[in-house]
Amino acid sequence: MRDVVILGSGPAGLTAAIYAARADLKPLVVHGPQPGGQLTITTEVDNWPGFENGVMGPELMEEMKKQAARFGTEYKEGWVEKVDLAEDKKVLTFADGSTLETKALIVTTGATAMWLDIPGEQEFQGKGVSACATCDGFFFRDKKVLIVGGGDTALEEATFLTKFASEVVMLVRRDEFRGSKAMQKKARENDKITIMWDTSAIEVLGDGKVTGAKIVNNKTKEESEISADGFFVAIGHKPNTDLFKGQLDMLDSGYLTIAEPFTTKTKVPGVFAAGDVADHVYRQAVTAAGTGCMAALDAERWLTE
Amino acid sequence: MDLKKDNFDQTITEADGVVLVDFWAPWCGPCKMMAPVVDEVDTEVEKLTVGKVNVDENQDLAMQYNVLSIPTFVIFKGGQVVDQFSGSMGKDALKERVAKHL
Repeated sequence: MRDVVILGSGPAGLTAAIYAARADLKPLVVHGPQPGGQLTITTEVDNWPGFENGVMGPELMEEMKKQAARFGTEYKEGWVEKVDLAEDKKVLTFADGSTLETKALIVTTGATAMWLDIPGEQEFQGKGVSACATCDGFFFRDKKVLIVGGGDTALEEATFLTKFASEVVMLVRRDEFRGSKAMQKKARENDKITIMWDTSAIEVLGDGKVTGAKIVNNKTKEESEISADGFFVAIGHKPNTDLFKGQLDMLDSGYLTIAEPFTTKTKVPGVFAAGDVADHVYRQAVTAAGTGCMAALDAERWLTE
Repeated sequence: MDLKKDNFDQTITEADGVVLVDFWAPWCGPCKMMAPVVDEVDTEVEKLTVGKVNVDENQDLAMQYNVLSIPTFVIFKGGQVVDQFSGSMGKDALKERVAKHL
């Protein structure tokens, strides 16, 4: 049986790994099909301390991974389908049927961009539908794109998309933005951005690739079609906690709840949670790393008790 | 192998086995994460040719294969597209996807 298994390889998971490895706990980091977490789909990270001119997200994660490896962290790729969390041992069952046992488990599974769940959205993924403007904006040079959302992410991505697209139409569900004043100002002042208030997309239209969307005005209930080559979704994130339903306490929104303030302890002894999976307030790389460190220290203390 | 317009068709038609083409760009985070994974698959799987297309320099190839998101992977067999998918994935998942066509 392992001493410490860390589920997730973003800043929280890898910081926990650095600390646990340095405490000689030989941690195993289990990562899914998209290792490195959300920073791997960003470009420049300008608020990670220590880099005057910013650092590329994927490079930062690669360095963290190597740093944790230097102290003896091991990595395993796999998709965990089931967990059994008891005080004396935690059993992880993988998609291929294999299992892994550990005394302490640190949950850093993070959050994933949400989709709208409307017809056509999945069908046209990679064919004009995207949840990552920084990844895919490039392919919409001189094209018209739609972006759904009214928060900071949507505002930031809309502004980013104007570097390529000839026209960016923001579909905002209500009659106001949720995002910060500074981001709102930037978007409103951009000539290429048009804002459609009270508007929701109800279907992505296409033929081999995206050609537009069916939209509805939420006040008048009037439906119409709008043409576009790209359909970007930026409506927020959902914590990756389905795996823990019924075993760990969580909010209605799915975020794990911490049992004792100023710790990372969940209600199951020996299970700790860190990073975005248990944080719907700050959701920063640096706070994820901070709580990842706390989780490793909490786990170390719990193991010696 | 870096693929460009002038060696693309020849590579996909003349290769023995299957060809995995990785459409990427230097500014794409997930592509950077995938690069070592693709290299390992290249070394570990026999009868596989791996080609990389930098979409910044080869926009026409990207357009020809309807690449609207990167990384996008296209698998060719006998010069024909047999599979196409986007997004990053682990090594085992990619190997499995390639093995289906071998």
